[in-house]
Amino acid sequence: MSGNMNLTLKVWRQKNAGDKGGFVTYKAEQISPDMSFLEMLDVVNEGLVKKGEDPIYFDHDCREGICGMCSLYINGRAHGPKRAITTCQLHMRSFKDGETITIEPWRAAAFPVIKDLAVDRSSFDRIQQAGGYVSVNTGGVPDANTIPIPKVIADEAFNSATCIQCGACVAACKNASAMLFVSAKISQLALLPQGQAERYQRVQAMVAQMDAEGFGNCTNTGACEVECPKEISLTNIARMNRDYFTSKFLKEE
Amino acid sequence: MGNHFAKTFSSSLGKKLIMSLTGLFMCLFLVVHLTGNLQLFKDDGGQAFNAYTYFMTHFWAVKIISYILYASIIVHAIYALVLTLNNKKARTVGYAVYAGEKSSPWASRNMGILGTVLLIFIVVHMSNFWAQYHWGGLPYTRYETELQNPENVTITELPVSTTEIMHSEYIDVQNGNQVLIAKDLYKVVYLSFKQWWYVTLYVIAMLAMSFHLVHGFKSGFQTLGLDHKRYLPIIKLLSVWLFGVLIPIGFALMPLYIFFFK
Repeated sequence: MSGNMNLTLKVWRQKNAGDKGGFVTYKAEQISPDMSFLEMLDVVNEGLVKKGEDPIYFDHDCREGICGMCSLYINGRAHGPKRAITTCQLHMRSFKDGETITIEPWRAAAFPVIKDLAVDRSSFDRIQQAGGYVSVNTGGVPDANTIPIPKVIADEAFNSATCIQCGACVAACKNASAMLFVSAKISQLALLPQGQAERYQRVQAMVAQMDAEGFGNCTNTGACEVECPKEISLTNIARMNRDYFTSKFLKEE
Repeated sequence: MGNHFAKTFSSSLGKKLIMSLTGLFMCLFLVVHLTGNLQLFKDDGGQAFNAYTYFMTHFWAVKIISYILYASIIVHAIYALVLTLNNKKARTVGYAVYAGEKSSPWASRNMGILGTVLLIFIVVHMSNFWAQYHWGGLPYTRYETELQNPENVTITELPVSTTEIMHSEYIDVQNGNQVLIAKDLYKVVYLSFKQWWYVTLYVIAMLAMSFHLVHGFKSGFQTLGLDHKRYLPIIKLLSVWLFGVLIPIGFALMPLYIFFFK
């Protein structure tokens, strides 16, 4: 069919965490511009399977931009060239016929490669487990709207809560810092009344876990904010800093 | 207690706090440094500048602040190095393709290089002026201002060989003069700024400082968590126009003015 594209892919292939890995070049032929990036990889993988080769391993799940499972560093950018979308929402019409596309996994010491393009993001889970929750004692179900929350605060908390833990912030950061992710998780609870009881222990515990996982240090370049598929803003990091310094210097917790 | 603070300052956010506080303190210093050194533009043979230099190096309160400043420079550089090494460890395998320019300004990604240029500059700058002033055995100059007619100033360069000259300010009642005998740092500055390579170094360093501070000043506030939307525009404005434009140009004009017009 006319309008279809032929592309050259330079894909990072790595057998396992211990393998050194390297780039392998593939041809992606007769690719419809309406395919998503992951569907394009599916087509390439079908070809590899037919030839009896090991398909390219990559993470994906919902394929509708909400689960945070897909990743991929495409031509030097997290989730590819478009703003505010995940790789599954990136379509091949964003590329030119004949283009060479370099595909790499997220690069961070705290995100070790499992295989090919899939990385282990369980360090994010451990940061969440360190304090990213609200302890709720059992009891009667409270009536709706018993806790008043101003609209602007609710909106801001919701914006922070849209983080899908994909790790693009870490991948895009020149320092492999996780501060956008951690600050979003801290903010969504710190902004709401339900999160107040544990607010200052939470920020200390989560920052300590973030440091222990070996993420880098934020230098306020703002790359994370630009590459975040959910447009989590840098103001979350400022809020985390405020809460952290407050907890360390002004509170006895 | 001590342990608590040691732990806090060794955390990622604690180290950033130190970078922010030392950096912003140096920004504040630059405002004072530029304002004071505007006296270099005065056409008085360095009288005002030399008197000011004496005050800045001998008044105890200024001395205390200057020691804090030296500490800030050293701590800022050391912590920058520690943080950079940490960050390198956080990504052991780099990207083959990295389109950093698509998501962040150039200066923000090159603070280390810009900072290194500035550190080299500070070493050269301080060894030429600060160290010279303290231990360089500078010549003294006498400024005699007529009390009746302060427009009339007689400037005498005292010979270097004369021993035991002291900084002094007194009224010579017999001749009706106000006398200032001061170490002539102005002369050292003047001679340095007559060398083209020195002027070049200064202009390059000020360019580096401009880029460093455009990112650094507002970054300092972001680290402190001070990003209220009411005053954030002011911080961004100061970052670009005061620290990125006005201050570096002001400093760069000093060697350029002396080189071309004095």
